[in-house]
Amino acid sequence: MTDAITVEGLRKTFGTVTALDGLDLTVETGEVHGFLGPNGAGKSTTIRILLGLIRATSGAVRLLGSDPWTDTAALHRRLAYVPGDVTLWPSLTGGEVIDLLARMRGGIDTARRAELIERFSLDPGKRTRTYSKGNRQKVALISALASNVELLILDEPTSGLDPLMEQHFADCVKDAARRGVTVLLSSHILSEVDALCSSVTIVKDGRTVDAGTLASMRHLTHTTITAEVDRVPENLDTLAGVSAVTVDGAAITCTVDNDALAATMRILSDAGLQSLVSSAPTLEELFLRYYA
Amino acid sequence: MSALVGTGALLRLYLRRDRVVAPLWIVLLGALPLLYAVSIEGLYPTAADRQTFYVGTVAVPAQAALVGPIFGSSLGALVSWRSGLMLTLVPLAAILTVVRHTRGDEDAGRTELIGSTVVGRYAGLTAAMLLAGGGVAATALLSSISLSAFGLPLVGSVAFGAAIVVVGGVFVGCAALAAQVAPDARAARGYALGVLAAAFALRAIGDAGSGTLSWLSPIGWSAQVRPFADERWWPMLLSLATAAAFCAAAFVGAKRRDLGSGLRAERRGSVSAAPSLSGPVALAWRLSRGTLALWTVGIALFGITIGSSVDGIGGQIGASTTFNDALEKFGGSTVEQSFIVAVLSGVGILVAAYSVSALLRAHSEEEAGLAEIVLATDVSRLRWLVAHLLFPVLGPVWLLVVLGLTIGAGYGASTGDIAGEIGSVVGGALGQLPAVWVVTALGVALFGAFPGFASAVWAVLAGFVALGQVGAVIGLPQPWLDLSPFTHVPRSLGGIDSLESIGWLLVIAAVVCSAGSAAFVRRDIRG
Repeated sequence: MTDAITVEGLRKTFGTVTALDGLDLTVETGEVHGFLGPNGAGKSTTIRILLGLIRATSGAVRLLGSDPWTDTAALHRRLAYVPGDVTLWPSLTGGEVIDLLARMRGGIDTARRAELIERFSLDPGKRTRTYSKGNRQKVALISALASNVELLILDEPTSGLDPLMEQHFADCVKDAARRGVTVLLSSHILSEVDALCSSVTIVKDGRTVDAGTLASMRHLTHTTITAEVDRVPENLDTLAGVSAVTVDGAAITCTVDNDALAATMRILSDAGLQSLVSSAPTLEELFLRYYA
Repeated sequence: MSALVGTGALLRLYLRRDRVVAPLWIVLLGALPLLYAVSIEGLYPTAADRQTFYVGTVAVPAQAALVGPIFGSSLGALVSWRSGLMLTLVPLAAILTVVRHTRGDEDAGRTELIGSTVVGRYAGLTAAMLLAGGGVAATALLSSISLSAFGLPLVGSVAFGAAIVVVGGVFVGCAALAAQVAPDARAARGYALGVLAAAFALRAIGDAGSGTLSWLSPIGWSAQVRPFADERWWPMLLSLATAAAFCAAAFVGAKRRDLGSGLRAERRGSVSAAPSLSGPVALAWRLSRGTLALWTVGIALFGITIGSSVDGIGGQIGASTTFNDALEKFGGSTVEQSFIVAVLSGVGILVAAYSVSALLRAHSEEEAGLAEIVLATDVSRLRWLVAHLLFPVLGPVWLLVVLGLTIGAGYGASTGDIAGEIGSVVGGALGQLPAVWVVTALGVALFGAFPGFASAVWAVLAGFVALGQVGAVIGLPQPWLDLSPFTHVPRSLGGIDSLESIGWLLVIAAVVCSAGSAAFVRRDIRG
């Protein structure tokens, strides 16, 4: 069995609402796989089906070689899950929840637990009702990462973390990958997926719109640039790979394919570049571009 | 006055959020006295009938303990007595309303959002108190107007409503103060409901005995207003003073505490889980033991009081022939035993309420996404459900045994046969179990098959209570009364007179519970 997760033609309807409409997802064993899509694309629904929490309306689902609906508990000994919106038992402390969840999965690596608590600077002695969203997320993450499992399913795990903690999280995922753990990372933050994942699946409206290794999808990547210049260059919007050029006085905003980035920079600096802001495309922009 | 800025806007927001719940409790509770007036007039049309009923009822301390003191035989006085539970139910609604709109909103993070807009420090608390107080006043007004329109004396009707308003006011203030002290909404609710339970217990014990303890209870003060029976207005001053003290303390507390935390600080806990905290059963035990302990203390205190006061009731009543009716209604072969049976059936309903609230923890955990976290580990659906059923199923066994032990020990100490009395009273208490379990099982079925309507099991329990309490009074036909499982529990100590109906109740509970569990295992987890 080389694939940790295979999903084919997955459909899920809630009453008259279609949440998933023919979604495909393949995660190879040992890889960190990005699961990308805007809110409401069906990422969480797919994960809930993978966990056997809800039943697929139709389609084929294999998780670690078994059916997640029928072999649920046996599978769950081998995986750890971190939900996007973590709620915890208010009267328990963070440390207690970390241990409890890991024990229910089948065991905890105490050395790694101590290291993770240190790295995420979590106070494990406080009751979870006093934790912020970020701290609740840390509890779930530490418990998952300290559990001895072969698959991590992480549903937008960094949505409440500050940038420093996001960096620690990224390091932890890399560590897990080095141990041979397969990771399914659902996210709508492209930079995070970019830094961690070797391959991605992009979903929209309950369908897979693209999937493959990140390298093969680089053609989708582009950068948004806002520059202030002394004089507006005339040849910018004719350059191949530059689009959506708007000029407001001395300020220019445009989107640039990464292939055309060097040429664009030359033109801008020749025009007397005063200031420059460049930002990675949001996933939403990627979609807009994808369907344009 | 800047601390009150925004109160009006918040009040409108709370009114909108409560537009279904608030009118519901106002109308249901407010119309109750009229319902009693109609039924009592129908059952006891003449003054002589009412006098007979009065003499029969006043002789039973259990009636005074459970419903309240009775001060006269006029129609109004009987209605006022029969509506005695309103003095507990209206404060209950007031407490839930205040806590829901103060700490409930804070825990959900809504107050933070509102607090960043133009609202004063006291605005939220004031608006919540105005809403709860307004609800209490509307309930009281509805009952006063309806009783007066029914033809009862105006002065009595006004006193009836006023007695409700002041006890409601005490508990609006009490809940407001609890909301400042407690570390979270659950604890705030617990503190205020604890005070209400203590007030009820003091009044019940007091009214069953000499009446002294009733004067320590805000519920007792309102009962002592004696509507329709030579009204006394001054006990309301006690209530008003207490309400004012509570409110003042609440506002002082509101000034001193931070948003989202109470005056009582959070204690630090353990940095790692004890070895025993390792599965869903251990988790359920950890989460639910505190509530069960509180219930145990309350039931044991109640049982000890009842047990020690039950002997001698027969002597007080003597061979009064008017008492035969009441005796027959409650069952039992002696006056003492019929008194105990009446107490057991009342507490049986309370224990069913415990079971329902313990069961609905499974529902609230699922809605909060906590079921999802556990079910994503090596815990099967069935194991998770069984862990959540331990308290709703076995908790009532424990509570009823505690009840039986404490009543039996007290009663036995006075009769000299402790072992014998304990045996028969524990047996009688456990006779309530099959009915309790039917309610639990219906809750499991709703939770399993229709999770969106799991809380409707409260309505089911309320329906059963209504059939038993109101149905019998207004003379519903027996097939209707038979719908309630509480109609079928044993009416004598020892519980062997109706083995067949017990068996049926147990079978129904088992089948319904299994069906609900089967549905839960197959359905989608919400979250």
